[in-house]
This record gives sequence, C-alpha cells and structure tokens, in this order.
Amino acid sequence: MHMAAFLLKRIAGLLGVLLGMSVLIFGIVHILPGNVAYAILGEFASPAAIATLEAKLGLNDPLPVQYWRWLSAMLQGDFGMSLVMSRPAAPLIAEALGRSALLAGFSFALIAAGGIALGLYAATHHGRTSDKVLTLAQFVLIAVPEFFWAILAVLFFASWMNLLPATGYAPMSSGVASWAAHLVLPVMVLSFGLVAHVSRLTRSSMLEVLDSRYVLAARARGLPEGRVLWRHALPNALLPAITVLAIDAGLLIGGIVVVETVFAYPGLGRLLVFAIERHDLPLLQVGMMVVTAVYAVANLIAELLYAMLNPRIRVAGATA
Amino acid sequence: MSVLAMPRLRVPSPLALGGTLLAVIVAATLVGIFVTPYDPTAFSVRVRLQPPSLLHPFGTDEFGRDVLSRVLAGGHLSLATGFGAMLISLFVGVPLGLIAAFHRGIVQEVIMRAVDLLIALPPVLLGLLVLAVTPPGLGKTIAAVGLVYIPILVRLTRAVALGLLEEDFVQAARARGEGAIPILWHEILPNAWPPIIVECGLRVTFAILLGSALSFLGLGPQPPASEWGLMIAEGRDFLTQAPWVCLAPGLCLCVLLVSVNLVGEGLREKLDPQLRGRAHG
Repeated sequence: MHMAAFLLKRIAGLLGVLLGMSVLIFGIVHILPGNVAYAILGEFASPAAIATLEAKLGLNDPLPVQYWRWLSAMLQGDFGMSLVMSRPAAPLIAEALGRSALLAGFSFALIAAGGIALGLYAATHHGRTSDKVLTLAQFVLIAVPEFFWAILAVLFFASWMNLLPATGYAPMSSGVASWAAHLVLPVMVLSFGLVAHVSRLTRSSMLEVLDSRYVLAARARGLPEGRVLWRHALPNALLPAITVLAIDAGLLIGGIVVVETVFAYPGLGRLLVFAIERHDLPLLQVGMMVVTAVYAVANLIAELLYAMLNPRIRVAGATA
Repeated sequence: MSVLAMPRLRVPSPLALGGTLLAVIVAATLVGIFVTPYDPTAFSVRVRLQPPSLLHPFGTDEFGRDVLSRVLAGGHLSLATGFGAMLISLFVGVPLGLIAAFHRGIVQEVIMRAVDLLIALPPVLLGLLVLAVTPPGLGKTIAAVGLVYIPILVRLTRAVALGLLEEDFVQAARARGEGAIPILWHEILPNAWPPIIVECGLRVTFAILLGSALSFLGLGPQPPASEWGLMIAEGRDFLTQAPWVCLAPGLCLCVLLVSVNLVGEGLREKLDPQLRGRAHG
C-alpha cells in the first residue's frame, strides 16, 4: 500500500515538473520579439512577407493561446516541424534519441560497474599505495573537462596511434566492427570523470560501513571476511552510490551534449546544439522537453530503486 | 612523503598548495589583460602553426598568433565565469534560502517549487536554454551558469537555517520580539556560513567547468576573445598538425581547476564540522 501511494505521489510530482518545464521552455524561447518568422525567411525578408508568415503560423495570437496550441499538439503526439530541415521534428528526435541512448547506456553501465568496483577495491585496500594512487587519480580526473578529455583521446587514439576513428557514427548495417569502433572513444570520454566520481563516493561510504558496529559484530561472530564484505557491508555501502549515480545521470546528459559535439556523433545533444546555432526554435523546444522528460524519469527510477533497496524504508512499508 | 600522498597527508596542506597555485594563476592572468609577450590578436602569416620554441613557448595558431599570449590574455575570462557565477548564486540563493526557511507557508512553497523546477533540468541544458535565445557573451554565460547553481544554494541555506531556527539562541531572540531580518542577519547567518562557504568553493570549480564547456560550444565569449574553452574549440581543426593550440589552454584549464579544487577541499577540511569530527574519532 505504502509503495503504491509513494509511487503515485512521485508520478504526480513528475508530471508537475514537466508541466512547469514546458511553461519555462516556451516562455524563454518566446520572450524574444517574433524571430520565428525572421528565422524562416532570413534577414533579407520584406516586412510584408514576415507579417504574412506570422499570421499564417499564428504568431500574432496571445502567448497563452500559442502555448496551449503547442502543448495540446505535443500531448497528441504532434511535435511540430523543424524549421531549418523542413521535416517533422518527431522522427528526427526519435532517431537522435536512440543513438544518444546507445551512448548513454554503454557509458552508464561502465560508470556503475567500474566506479563501484574501483571504489570497493580502494576501500578494502585502504592506506596502501594503490589506494593513494586511486585517490590522486580521482582528484585529477574530476578536474579535467570532458571536452578536453575528448581532445586528448582523439589526439592519442586517432591521430597518433591511428587505432580508432576520430569522429562520426557508423550504423550497424555497415558492420559491427565499424559500429563499435565509432562508439569506443565517446563512451570512454563520457565515463572517465564519472567513474572517478562514483568510485570516490563508494570508497568513502564503504570505509564508513566497514567501521560500523554491525560489521564489527559480524566479524566478532567469526563470519568469513568475504561474507562480511558482500552480505553485510556492500548493500549498505551501495545506497549512497545509487543516489550519486542518479545525480550523475544529469551530468551524463550534460556530458553527452559536449561529447556528441566533439565527436560529431549524430545524437540528441548535437541536434540541440544544431537547433541553437540555426535558431530552429520549434525543434529546440521539443528537443528540450524530451531531454527533460528523460532526465525526470531517470531520477524517478533512481528514487524508487533507493526506496526498494533501503531496508529502513522497505521495513517501514511492510509494517504499515 | 611521496608526491602521490599529497592530497591525503596534507604535506603541504591542500589549502596552501591550491592557494599558492591559484594566486599565481590569478596574478598571471590579471597581468595578461594588459601585458603579454606578443599582441594576442595580431595575425602574423609567416609564423602560422609554429611548434613551441624559445620565441613562442606554446607555439602559434593558424593565424600566427602567439598561443602563450592568448592563454595569458584569456585566463581572466574563465576566472570571471567561475567566481562571478558563484557570487550570483551566493547573493541570490542565500537570501532566498533564508526567506524560505523563515516564512513557512506560501512564500516557502513558491520558492521551493521554483527550485525543484530549475533542478529538474540538467545543468548544461539550462545554460544552453538561456544562451540559445540571446546572442552569446561573457556576461550572459556568467548569468546562465550562476542561475544553474542558485537552486543548490537555496536548498543548502534553507536546510542549514531550518536547523538553526530550532536552537535556543534563536528562540531567545524571537522571545525578545526581534523581527525577521535581525534574526536572520544577526543570529542565523553568522552560524550558517561554514557549510555555505564550503559549497561555494565547490561551485567555483563546477562553474569554471560548465562555463568553459558552454564557451567550447560557442555560447560564451566570441572570437577574437581567447577564452580557454573557445581556444580549444578553435584549435580542433588543426589538432593533428598543431596539437599545442589545444593542449596549451587545456592544460592551463586543468591546472586552474585542480588548484580551485584543492582550495575547496582545504576549506572543507577546515570548516566542515562533520569531517573534523571524523578526523578526531
């Protein structure tokens, strides 16, 4: 019962945030004086032509009316047209989103697995050289911007070693090897800093747990060290890591925008930057909405996961 | 004491090391606004894409401009983004957080819901959205990055202030009949500073990162400015022939970030009571 109520409340909150975000995005884009018609017709258009087009597109209606038209169309699955490419925005976004999801999925798996494994290793080897190297490495890794990692990776793996393609994307149909080769560098760059972030946190929360009384009690009962680590310490140490992974999902989305631009990878991030550069406002608006929705859902999943794994919340739910 | 152990053994202390590094960078970039070895914007066709040499320690770019001079002349832009954005989020976020803590009810609702909304957008996207619709420039980048971090400071300040409002000395002030502003200003704020300062240290690092990323995407200062992120973006086309055009500003950016990070860590060790307690126990 408790869980269902919790879920309903969170989903209502999510819808509220999305509605608020649609107002914010629409508001920011439309506060500026009518530049949509201007953007379509170019800077040499006559005032008469602009006025005709504005009337046709309904740009002279009051903003709330325009907002409602945009929102209700979007709710019915009509995502509008890209101005610059003169194509419906929905398939453009869906295609780009799929490719971004590929990038994000691989990176996220690498971040979760690599970060937690490294953090555990550092915690169980506390105070030794490897732990110190890892601490320093994390400190440096966090302080290097993604786009600079990307430059270094391209320089090293593409220009000097000639191992991997520097930019672009190859569809699966052109061969699995080529497809994978184009993914390696972007995934690597996206994961670098965040692996450091997650492992640093896992390390400190694991150290804290290993210091706790119940771990001491488990050891005092003579349980084998492996069982103490895996069954007693790890589940508790992972809770903060899950919260951080959720925060990192946001950083990952930000990173994707930058990394896709550097590697000329045709995903949603690059599509957004393209829309900004070319003033393709309709495309920009729906693109932003889609990213916000993805981010909000990712956060919700993390929160549910946390609630399910946290014994205190779980027990509270069962007894109520 | 090996170099590797530095961040943990505090020899020298992160604060001293980071502070010294940061002071050197600030001094160099402030001087760089006025004096550089060469004119940072002067084209010189004969020395295009020259590798580093005694004459040009960081080499030259595709227009024959001296990369060292450009790095020195552009550094203050990154610093301004980092500290400017932090100050914006500080001066907007802290008062809003205090108000939200003090006035429960409708005022708090409005502030906190707005915060929820801003946090619901990933940072880079919020920056992109603000910069997308107006012509880019340094001031707008600073404002956009500052806006991104306001919600974090509102939440932090509110949480700290809510805890303090329960304390006896605040109850005493209330019993004396003091108003909201004197209580917030004289009782709450002086005790709320340590975690806020620690957070600000962190924010400077993130603001420099975000600001340079935005300007790498072309949404920051415009050419011929030599903001480091922008320099890296411009040098990309010549990466294979002339990697120094990207590497020089990139490495400077990393050193700046490491030094700000060290100062932040140092401040946290000094000010965070939780960490201090752990160190003793």
